[in-house]
Amino acid sequence: MKPSAFEYEVPESLDAALATLAQLGDEAKLLAGGQSLIPMLALRLTAFEHLVDIGPLAELKGIRREDGFLRIGAATVDRVVGRDPEVAASVPLLTKVTPLIGHFQIRNRGTIGGSIAHADSAAEYPTVALALDAEMEVASSSGTRTIPADEFFESTWTTSLEGDEILTAIRFPVWSGRCGFGVEELARRHGDFALTGAVCGVEIGDSGEVRRCAIALLGMDSTPVRASPAESALLGRTPSAEDLTEVGHLAVQAADPPSDLHASSEYRRQVGGEMVRRALRQALEEAAR
Amino acid sequence: MTERKVEMVVNGRAVSATVEPRKTLADFLREDCTLTGTHLGCEHGVCGACSVMLDGNAVRSCLMFAVQADGHEVVTVEGLAGPDNELNPVQAAFRSEHGLQCGFCTPGFVVSATAFLQENPDPTDQEIREALSGNLCRCTGYQGILRAVRSAAEAYAATAPE
Repeated sequence: MKPSAFEYEVPESLDAALATLAQLGDEAKLLAGGQSLIPMLALRLTAFEHLVDIGPLAELKGIRREDGFLRIGAATVDRVVGRDPEVAASVPLLTKVTPLIGHFQIRNRGTIGGSIAHADSAAEYPTVALALDAEMEVASSSGTRTIPADEFFESTWTTSLEGDEILTAIRFPVWSGRCGFGVEELARRHGDFALTGAVCGVEIGDSGEVRRCAIALLGMDSTPVRASPAESALLGRTPSAEDLTEVGHLAVQAADPPSDLHASSEYRRQVGGEMVRRALRQALEEAAR
Repeated sequence: MTERKVEMVVNGRAVSATVEPRKTLADFLREDCTLTGTHLGCEHGVCGACSVMLDGNAVRSCLMFAVQADGHEVVTVEGLAGPDNELNPVQAAFRSEHGLQCGFCTPGFVVSATAFLQENPDPTDQEIREALSGNLCRCTGYQGILRAVRSAAEAYAATAPE
C-alpha cells in the first residue's frame, strides 16, 4: 500500500512542465489532484520514475466564458467546478454530475482535466465531455492542438494524448434555447463508481419537439459511449413515455458492457437503457419548464 | 531517490522536514510529526480514516504526498480541540451521542464532519448522510454518528452569531 519510489518534479510554469515532459518521455507521469493516480501507485498497479506535479500551476486553473464555449482549466478542482455560478449557467450538466464524483474529500483534490485524461469509462466528466462534444486543448513543447472529445477516448485509461502532451483546458459548448439536462446512475454505494449511468441534454422547440439531443453512457464499455442512433431517433419528435423506453433500448444496443463481480454485461445493458430513459425524462421536464 | 525539503503549518505550528517524495501526507503526519491521531485504514482512498484538513478543506491524507502539502496548512484531529483542550462541538457530540465504539475510524469522521459543518452549518439529514458517505465505520452501524453530527450542527447553530 506504499507507492514505489519516484522522483518528484514541480515545474513553475506550463512551459517548464512541457520541457520536463519532453526530456523525460515515458518515464514521467503527470500528477494533478492525484485522486486516481495515487491509489493506482499505492496498489502498485503502475509505477513511474518521475511524477511531474502540474496541480499547483495557476495557468491551468480557472473558468471563463468564451464565445459559444465555457473554457475550464484542466487543473481546476471538482469542488470549484461544482460550485461555480458560470458553470451552472453555461454548462449545467457539469454542475449536476459533480456531486456524483467520489466523496467531498475527493472532490476537494480531484481535477476535471485529471479525470478526463485518466479516462475511466465509468467517470462522469469524460462522459459529459463526450456527450456535449467538448474540445480538449492540448499543449506540448512543439505547440498546441485541439482534440475533439470523440477522438480523445481510445480505451480503458487510454487517450489520444501523446506522451509529451498536457491537457491544458477543456472547452464545453454552451447550449442556448429551451434546454434541459439529466444524469442518472446506479452505484452500489453513494460515491462508488457507477455500475452504469447516462447523461443527456435536450433542446426543445415551441411545440415540445426535440431539436437537439445528446446522450452518452458511462460504465458500459472501455470508453464512455455516445448513443448517436438514439439521439437521431428523438430528433424532431415530441416523445411519449413509451418512446423514451424505446430510445433507452436503442441507446445501449451498440455498447459492449463489461461483466464483473458487481454486474453482468446483460444487467448493465438492461439498467443502462433504463438510466437513459430516466435521464431523458429529467432533461425533457427541465427543458419544458 | 532525491529527498525534498517540505515546510508546512500543522495544527498551527510550523514544521519542516526532508522526506522521500513517495511519503504520503498521512505517513508524514504520523512518522515525522508524531501525530498518530490520523489513522490509516485502506491507504488507497476508500475508508476515509486518514481525513485531515488542507487549507480548511477535508482531504484524504493517504491520497497526497507530503511534498504536495509544501507551503500549505494542515489540521489533524489533534488540532480540533480548543486552547484548554475542550472538545470541539463535533468531538463533544461523538462522545455524548455514542458516535464511536472502537475509535479507529473516529478521527476521519470527526475531521470530515467538522470541515463539512464549517461550510454547511445547517445541513439536511440527507446532506449529512452524503457528507459521511466517504468514511467507513465497521462498529457503530452509523446511527450514533449521524445523531452526533446532527447534534453538533445544532450546537454550532446555537453559538453562531446572528
